[in-house]
Amino acid sequence: MRRGFRFWGLVPAWVLMAVTLLAPLVIVALVSVAKRGAYGGFEWDFTLAPYRDILFTAGWSDELEFDPKYVLIIGRTVLLALITTAICMALALPVAYVIATRGPRAKALLIYLVTLPFWVSMIVRVYAWLIILGNDGFGGRLWQFLGGEGSLLFTPTAMLIGMVYSYIPLMVLPVFAAIEKLDPALLEAGADLYASRWTTARRVIVPLAWPGLAAGAILVFVPALGTVLEPMLLGGGKQITMGTLIQTQFGSARNWPFGAAIALVLMALVMGVLIVNALRAGHKREAEA
Amino acid sequence: MTRGKAVEVFKVSKSFGDYQALKEVSFTIHENEFFTLLGPSGCGKTTLLRMIAGFDIPSTGSISLFGTEIGTLPPHKRRVNTVFQSYALFPHMTLEQNIAFGLENLGWDKARRKARVAEMLELVHMTPFAKRKPAQLSGGQRQRIALARALAPEPQVLLLDEPLSALDLKLRQAMRDELRTLQRQTGITFIFVTHDQDEALDMSDRICVLGEGRIQQLGTPSEIYEEPENRFVADFIGATNFLDVEVLSVDGPRARVRTPMGIEIEAAQKGVSGPGKATLSLRPEKIGIEDQAAGEIIAGTVTARNYMGGFTHYTVETRGAVLRVSRRNALSQAESYAIGQQVRLGIVAGSARVLGQ
Repeated sequence: MRRGFRFWGLVPAWVLMAVTLLAPLVIVALVSVAKRGAYGGFEWDFTLAPYRDILFTAGWSDELEFDPKYVLIIGRTVLLALITTAICMALALPVAYVIATRGPRAKALLIYLVTLPFWVSMIVRVYAWLIILGNDGFGGRLWQFLGGEGSLLFTPTAMLIGMVYSYIPLMVLPVFAAIEKLDPALLEAGADLYASRWTTARRVIVPLAWPGLAAGAILVFVPALGTVLEPMLLGGGKQITMGTLIQTQFGSARNWPFGAAIALVLMALVMGVLIVNALRAGHKREAEA
Repeated sequence: MTRGKAVEVFKVSKSFGDYQALKEVSFTIHENEFFTLLGPSGCGKTTLLRMIAGFDIPSTGSISLFGTEIGTLPPHKRRVNTVFQSYALFPHMTLEQNIAFGLENLGWDKARRKARVAEMLELVHMTPFAKRKPAQLSGGQRQRIALARALAPEPQVLLLDEPLSALDLKLRQAMRDELRTLQRQTGITFIFVTHDQDEALDMSDRICVLGEGRIQQLGTPSEIYEEPENRFVADFIGATNFLDVEVLSVDGPRARVRTPMGIEIEAAQKGVSGPGKATLSLRPEKIGIEDQAAGEIIAGTVTARNYMGGFTHYTVETRGAVLRVSRRNALSQAESYAIGQQVRLGIVAGSARVLGQ
């Protein structure tokens, strides 16, 4: 009976996973080794050309030449995601600290405010930034006032601002959870032992909030790698990232197999990050036990 | 012998919103003193300690440390260290690193730090554990490291916030002796906060009994126990019988009172101006029973008996009052008295105390 329930109880979950995750993944994988269709779509004809095209381009006489174009896009995407993660960490730490050290009512309100943006569609929010960062917007004016050259919109900076904005709640929440768990006496002990606020932050709060920062880094880095909206709208499409590249391949470029290949490379990158992280966490737990 | 003033608290008040935790409290703590702040929870003792540490700022009044006003200085600028109730050891640092933390912030060089950490580990008998993390220690060991960490930077005053409350009974007794020894060895002024009267009586040079945000009495342990100045102190420290008495005459530190049992006795007093109604505190162990009965004798019936090992507590109903009497079990069970048994009780002149009106 128990055994039966264990098996049958999981069936809905398995079905859901198979239909919504596994099946699309298999389709994308199959497309990535298919031949490009003449008018978009694909034809069933096994080829590794889409993967080859990431690194090489065919010359005049069909000889292969190394082409760094897509490698650069992948590199730029990873760099952008890393910078976004770093900025989110630096900004979220003081925010999370302030929230975690408030009274219970203020704390609940502030956490609610942090999660508030999730109630509005991402596209609407990114469009809002289009206005804010435009030449007549508050952000654009501030940019000019600070002596920024040209307009802020459609620059990598604008894109970065948008990405930090979009993903920072995902950093604040786990860091808040980590700091809130700390015994407040630990911070008092820091001050009591002659540490300034800065030293206490550096030597006590950051090391103890580290599990939260690491969790937040994964939560920000992974979606930042695949982001589409910010490069498209705030970067003006001038800054191609893996996300926009995939989108164009399935859209205007009508090269589904190539889009699918890039998508799988992106997924491999994400899986790589997650696996490395899981292994490190496992090692740490073993070392502490 | 004149001793320097380590801490001077002058007319300190502290309010949290509408709640007044402390009301114009003033006292002086001497150099090299084991000073205890004793009181029930909510009496303001922890607030007072936190203000000396710098975690809270007095609403009004001033606090000086060796003659220097520190009332508004942040904690890291005061030469006082705290042993926290939860110990608050840094979980990500080894014991060595925990102890060295304060020294690093004070800018001690590496050689001096190393020597001091070794000295502190030796002092609390924890040398073999230097490289461990706090999670690998027992409660008593954590307590020792918390002490070592707080003593390492050579504070002018060490603050201890109920440090024994998390330990089990046996360990608590051992740590009391260790704390007392440590205080004598280091010569540092200790300010100890507790709600446990036994701890306070056992360890302190002087005790400040706090209640309802005010100092109820400040004195040596024996003064606090033997000469309580008011009902709060007599009630909080130890057990006692309170009797409504009539003061017949006052002669210096003595007063003649008529008790509800009908007898008249001589009792110690302070602050009673003349004849009138008053409260008498009569400690259970000061009442003699049967063969130990001396002084004024009254008769009564045993109505309850609690055997406590070293002592037996009796409840004795006399004409006019129910008294709690405790007798040391010096010889054997032969001395015990059964419920319903008639017994003689004796009260010696001067053994009871009339409380201030």
